[in-house]
Amino acid sequence: MEQQHEHIVRSYEEELALLNNKIAKMGGLAEQVLGQSFEALERRDPDLAAATINEDEAIDELQREIEEQAVVMIARRQPMAYDLRQIMAALRISTDLERIGDLGKNIAKRAVAVVTEQQPKQLMLGLKHMGELALGQLKEVLDAFIERDADRALKVWYKDEEIDAMYNSLFRELLTYMMEDPRNIGLCTHLLFGAKNIERVGDHATNIAETVYYLVHGRNITDQRPKGDTTATTPVSLKRSAV
Amino acid sequence: MTNLAIHTEVKEQPPAPDAKTSDKLEEKLSVRNLNFFYGDFRGLTNVSVSLYKNKVTAFIGPSGCGKSTLLRVLNRIYDLYPNQRAEGEVLLDNENILVANYDLNFLRAKVGMVFQKPTPFPMTIYENIAFGIRLYEKPSKADLDARVEDALQRSALWDEVKDKLDASGLSLSGGQQQRLCIARTVAIRPEVILLDEPCSALDPISTAKIEELIDVLKKDYTIAIVTHNMQQAARTSDYTAFMYLGELVEFDETSKIFTNPKEQRTQDYITGRFG
Repeated sequence: MEQQHEHIVRSYEEELALLNNKIAKMGGLAEQVLGQSFEALERRDPDLAAATINEDEAIDELQREIEEQAVVMIARRQPMAYDLRQIMAALRISTDLERIGDLGKNIAKRAVAVVTEQQPKQLMLGLKHMGELALGQLKEVLDAFIERDADRALKVWYKDEEIDAMYNSLFRELLTYMMEDPRNIGLCTHLLFGAKNIERVGDHATNIAETVYYLVHGRNITDQRPKGDTTATTPVSLKRSAV
Repeated sequence: MTNLAIHTEVKEQPPAPDAKTSDKLEEKLSVRNLNFFYGDFRGLTNVSVSLYKNKVTAFIGPSGCGKSTLLRVLNRIYDLYPNQRAEGEVLLDNENILVANYDLNFLRAKVGMVFQKPTPFPMTIYENIAFGIRLYEKPSKADLDARVEDALQRSALWDEVKDKLDASGLSLSGGQQQRLCIARTVAIRPEVILLDEPCSALDPISTAKIEELIDVLKKDYTIAIVTHNMQQAARTSDYTAFMYLGELVEFDETSKIFTNPKEQRTQDYITGRFG
């Protein structure tokens, strides 16, 4: 579809712009919460963690605003075609961003919980790298949304496999630590959930990528996405050799 | 990324619905390369479109785009006016109705029309309907009574008028008058019903009644509706044709036209943008 012309009714145009701005703002906040939660975990900084947990509230508030505005716009404007898709996209993306905020908040909570634990450097590095990748995916897909760039969204969609692969290896590594020394179990369980949360952030980023694709083309991505997360089917044996 | 290649846009798609959904579609009326002239002015240019049996097809587009003109060709009502002529083909059950010797009485019995403003005859409710039937047939009194009741039932008007069939058609409300006109059309057992802005003069409740009626009537008839109300087109029709400056820009399933039209001009029109 070519460049969109402006609406004859200016207030309609303004409402759509406002909706887009709110998504952009929400996306920025989600990035911030996520980035800070990683930092709090890495630096074992309970103050930063607490501040991050509080920031999630602003994301929830924006989601409520977006939902309300979308419902009112559907009722009053009876949007069609690209406009309808824009409003549906805003609704869907705001739900994903709200979940991403929650996941960030959860990571920050775990940062508080493990603050006194001794953390193996290598493990933390793996987690940090995974977090950076997820954050990069989120930034990229939000840019794709702002630019209405379906190809860019599609690249994000394919790249999620890398996060999944990282999660698999981190999962195995954490299992190894736990089996080596039961005193590691507390920390490793928190880190495992942290890793799972990051993996979920990646999934929400791919959801947003699908929404952007739908917004631009008016149809869904038809290709099968490669599923990389195999941890659900990985057997946990007490013998170390099986890990 | 090589995988991206599979998502490249398929551009030139035919203006026809998906093959899988059109399996059981039967063309009732088929317009082929239709051109229409008001004297020297060309009102329609190379219009080709199909009305499918038991489906509702909506025609939308800005004023003067030719949608009412097209409807007027489908039952050759334009024949009543001098200097108007149509070229091309309009096939009703595979017979071209535009040929000079086509029986117009037969055509207008098969293709009924309801206009923007309700046009009841200045006679009783009963006679409004019986009048048309008598033009084509000579039924007995009992048969005629049954036909009138049937038409009023089908138009969802019976319950409101059954006790005052001798009252003037003009005494009814606007919405009732429009349903009376639909009853009059239905009474002569047409196969195609053309509705030209049937709700533009009606309040929302009367409009809802007509729309409910369209839903019911399509089980027995093929329906074409011209409307300026896009939401009405979206609500009532199975297929939608968008016309602009005498041309058919896009024709597809209604669900596609209003969520993901292929043509920029359709998109601009239905979303209310500057073209």
